[in-house]
Amino acid sequence: MGNWQTQPLTLPSVLAMVLGAVIVLVLALGVVTYTIYVQRKLLGWMQLRIGPNRVGPLGLFQTIADIIKLLIKEDVVPASADRPLFLLAPVLAFVPSFLVLAVVPFSAHHVFTANLSIGVLFYLAVSAITIHGVMLAGWASNNKYALIGGMRSAAQMLSYEIPLGLSLVGVVLMAGSLNLNDIVLAQQHSGWWNVIPQILGFLVFLVASTAELNRTPFDLPEAESELVAGYHVEYSGFRFAFFMLTEYVYLFAMAGLCATLFLGGWSGPWLPGWLWFAIKVVLFIFFQFWLQATLPRMRVDQLMTFSWKVLLPVSLVNLVLTGFIKAFW
Amino acid sequence: MAHLFQAWNNELFLVIFLILGILLPVGALWVLGPMLRPARPNDAKRTTYESGVQPFGDAHVRYHARYYLFALLFVVFDVETLFLYPWAASFHQLGRFAFVEMIIFLFLLVIGLVYAWRKKVLEWNE
Repeated sequence: MGNWQTQPLTLPSVLAMVLGAVIVLVLALGVVTYTIYVQRKLLGWMQLRIGPNRVGPLGLFQTIADIIKLLIKEDVVPASADRPLFLLAPVLAFVPSFLVLAVVPFSAHHVFTANLSIGVLFYLAVSAITIHGVMLAGWASNNKYALIGGMRSAAQMLSYEIPLGLSLVGVVLMAGSLNLNDIVLAQQHSGWWNVIPQILGFLVFLVASTAELNRTPFDLPEAESELVAGYHVEYSGFRFAFFMLTEYVYLFAMAGLCATLFLGGWSGPWLPGWLWFAIKVVLFIFFQFWLQATLPRMRVDQLMTFSWKVLLPVSLVNLVLTGFIKAFW
Repeated sequence: MAHLFQAWNNELFLVIFLILGILLPVGALWVLGPMLRPARPNDAKRTTYESGVQPFGDAHVRYHARYYLFALLFVVFDVETLFLYPWAASFHQLGRFAFVEMIIFLFLLVIGLVYAWRKKVLEWNE
């Protein structure tokens, strides 16, 4: 099953692809389940609490219990909601979050990864579809909190999409390819992980990706203290679970993207590739939770102006600098 | 020919991901869900949530024009980014001339950004 990508299309190779996709799905769901557990544990420790410790040893089955609870909860659709759109929104938000995992190279042999020549572009284009799901949820709920949350979310994701995309252009320049696997190979070849030569781009990416993921300090779309929960106020049961799932699958995917583009992906000495990749992903996710425990939420006006007045110029400077060095060195 | 197969294999893999990604929510929400969850809706449950008070009016109202301005700016700069990707990917073949060209392109866009900045489009509270 190792090289289904180079084989002619036969029934076994198609079955291998289906199996690979199912494995990635199970992996993503497992990662999400335990990311939520680790998040609650870490936040607990950082706030001098114990965190979940009741269900199973050390509370290890807490998230599984939560998922089962959500699955057997009644699914309420408000009378004034736009029913078809209300039902469509969580699906529209979730599907792209899983689809982007198809291009993230988990290991050197990219068994579970499409070796797509436009990987970076594919990730950005597909992940942008989720904004529609979030906006539709806010609009279709016919709830004022949800509408404000959805609109804010769209404004924020649009604004931070620009610096995020521009910070990746520097990486593409370094590698001369949009293929995520080639970008890893280029880093391995040059001996530098992109985080060193692309430090400006990395910082912009780190901030912009936090905002894209709607994580603290950029969690305004969900600001509990003013919008209750933002775009998913009216969602209950498993539909709500799909919005949460989307969020955490994106956390995983974004961690994979960060590891691939800036931290050398699966490359590293001694250890096997997938383990290096896992270490880098865990570091990124840990950093996000650390931020969540440390920083307060930003104000809306600060949020918007920061993207356009700070991140955008910095990413342009990074781009010109990288191009200059590439052209004249 | 082998190369062609390789290209199509990748696209097929993406289609499988897409199908699987649709099957999971559809299966969980429309097949598995109805078997497990109760369905006893009543009027109180189905009212819109508004922090406990009776909801008044509709949420489908007009909202502030500043969202529109940011969307417009987004389109300008997103298209710019799209132009930059192929440029960056083939930069090592294009050489210094392409670099100068891109500097001119970026310069024109920065003028646009400065204009928006001076016009206070980037301010949220105006």
